[in-house]
Amino acid sequence: MNIHEYQAQSILANYGVPVPSGIVVDSLKEAMTAVTELGGRQWVVKAQIHAGGRGKAGGVKLANSPAEVEEHVKRILGKKLVTHQTGPEGKIVKKVYITKAIDIKKEYYLGMVLDRTSEMPVMIASSEGGVEIEEVASSAPEKIIKVRIDPLIGFRSFHARKLGYGLKLPKEQMKDFSQFAAKLYKVYREKDANLIEINPLVLQENGKFIALDAKIGFDDNALIRHPEILAMRDPDEEDPAELEAGHYGLSYVKLNGNVGCMVNGAGLAMSTMDIIKHEGGEPANFLDVGGTATAETVAKGFQIILRDKNVKSIFVNIFGGIVRCDRIANGILEAIKTTKVKIPIVVRLDGTNAEKAAQILQNASLENIIPAFNLADGSQKAVKAAKGELS
Amino acid sequence: MSILVGKNSKVLVQGFTGKEGTFHAGQCLEYGTNIVGGVTPGKGGQIHLGKPVFNTVAEARKETGANVSLIFVPSVFAADAVMEAADAGIELIVCITEGIPVSDMVVAKKYIAEKESRLIGPNCPGIITPEEAKIGIMPGFVFKKGSVGLISKSGTLTYEAANQIVKQNLGISTAIGIGGDPIIGTTYIELLEMFEKDDETTAIVMIGEIGGDLEIQAAEYIKKNVTKPVVAFIAGQTAPKGKRMGHAGAIIAGSKGTAKEKMEALKFAGVFVVDSPANIGKVTAEVLKK
Repeated sequence: MNIHEYQAQSILANYGVPVPSGIVVDSLKEAMTAVTELGGRQWVVKAQIHAGGRGKAGGVKLANSPAEVEEHVKRILGKKLVTHQTGPEGKIVKKVYITKAIDIKKEYYLGMVLDRTSEMPVMIASSEGGVEIEEVASSAPEKIIKVRIDPLIGFRSFHARKLGYGLKLPKEQMKDFSQFAAKLYKVYREKDANLIEINPLVLQENGKFIALDAKIGFDDNALIRHPEILAMRDPDEEDPAELEAGHYGLSYVKLNGNVGCMVNGAGLAMSTMDIIKHEGGEPANFLDVGGTATAETVAKGFQIILRDKNVKSIFVNIFGGIVRCDRIANGILEAIKTTKVKIPIVVRLDGTNAEKAAQILQNASLENIIPAFNLADGSQKAVKAAKGELS
Repeated sequence: MSILVGKNSKVLVQGFTGKEGTFHAGQCLEYGTNIVGGVTPGKGGQIHLGKPVFNTVAEARKETGANVSLIFVPSVFAADAVMEAADAGIELIVCITEGIPVSDMVVAKKYIAEKESRLIGPNCPGIITPEEAKIGIMPGFVFKKGSVGLISKSGTLTYEAANQIVKQNLGISTAIGIGGDPIIGTTYIELLEMFEKDDETTAIVMIGEIGGDLEIQAAEYIKKNVTKPVVAFIAGQTAPKGKRMGHAGAIIAGSKGTAKEKMEALKFAGVFVVDSPANIGKVTAEVLKK
């Protein structure tokens, strides 16, 4: 799960990480009040959307007067922002973060992520702050310093020294940097983050570090123990269909094709998409009904798939292990009753209780159900049905 | 032969009396797996499915001599259960639980690395040596005895592959679901090594997924060390970038971990890479005829 910059800043601030003072607003009136409250002579107006690349797209603006704040807020708030991460459709900016501008002596990068190869969290620092870290990694890999942190010992002074001296920080900045990095690790561990990026990490004229921008992502599996993080979820930032699917224990990702897929298990679901493409079709979605599929969740799955008007056929591909096929068969029938599905549904059920399931489907004698006998047969039929070549 | 589990496996079930544990332990018993007892804290002394229940793994191991543990403990307690099993000296720990927080697994993996235990999973269907022991949640009847070793990141796709192999009149020596999480106990390389040494296994099928680089590491290992034919399929050829596809590990970040990269690396290592998931069995049969 991702959160907004202002939310990430507030988490960091709770851990004693220096951040610029700021107020999040969703109207011009509030923005002007925020300017008065914050005081100072320069402010930054920052669009709050989850995508990166806001600066380049005009979503982050420096204002030298309240009048300029007003001008920027008018231009950003409620408008569509298109960055390289939003895709061409862009995102509507519903909130802006007004912060006090700070002086910048030098910009750095500091981040944390799981290194899957060493299976340890890794802290990454670079003297090239404020730019895309991927670009630095490919053009100047020597400017990226990484330290792996063994969770059994935690973040130690030597980790901080390795990073700090790697960044060629002057000796007098080392202590402040060490404390900053240690707090960042604490946030990562205690909040079950899977990504933290401070870009840029700013060194101010007074010799102190401050997190000018902040991005934090969280491990979905751990949200169950962090209700305070879960409360930060912004439904506007998530695909409503994916969100709804999640409520029912389904995992759904919308794609652009016309063959709907309902599968049990992530690997088989991805393979089903692959084989549809292989057979000359285009999958409309990824949908894993998971291990606890009931008639209700399967029916919900159908509703979610059918909300996509491009879908011309549905391929139900179930290999029963945890999920029993008779349960799925009942779910399919119930779903057809509740959603009045008219389009062809190719059903391939294999594994536990497959015969019983076949019997249930047959007894229902529904015209748009097309039985399939294996993966190849099912995908071919689903692709043909989507093209209208199968009656 | 076969690898890791067989007739001599004495299995303990952690989370024995819960809904999942009860259902699947029952299925394993029906299959003929030698389940010697279970662990549910607070229920020690009871009898469940005809087997003794213990409060701790240490006590259960002492009383039953179990050498394998099968874990159905809920996600936020599962890493603790894995470490408890390792602490008690269980040789093989099979963790079925899905949705374990990554930070928990980071710690658990580091902890068991110092112990004598091997972990399979988490978020996996388990391990089966047909006609000897089913230690997991897979439908046992799909897996007929034979000479093909099967290693897979996925659950249901493992059943699909086994089913295709069996339909070619072949069978399985041992099948292992290694799990689809970012951090898993046992990876391809260790299992490839075991299958290479196993006399009963004549060919190896490996099923991979997008995300991470375990398949790339496996390809390098195969090139240098594996003489038996290897057939591979990688799921997620059509998956969009940056999207999590159900499995926590199945996400493509940047240019790393794509199906294409993995397929090319495996082909380069001399592996028979299958493009369509419907051809896993067919290609395996063809390879074995050569």
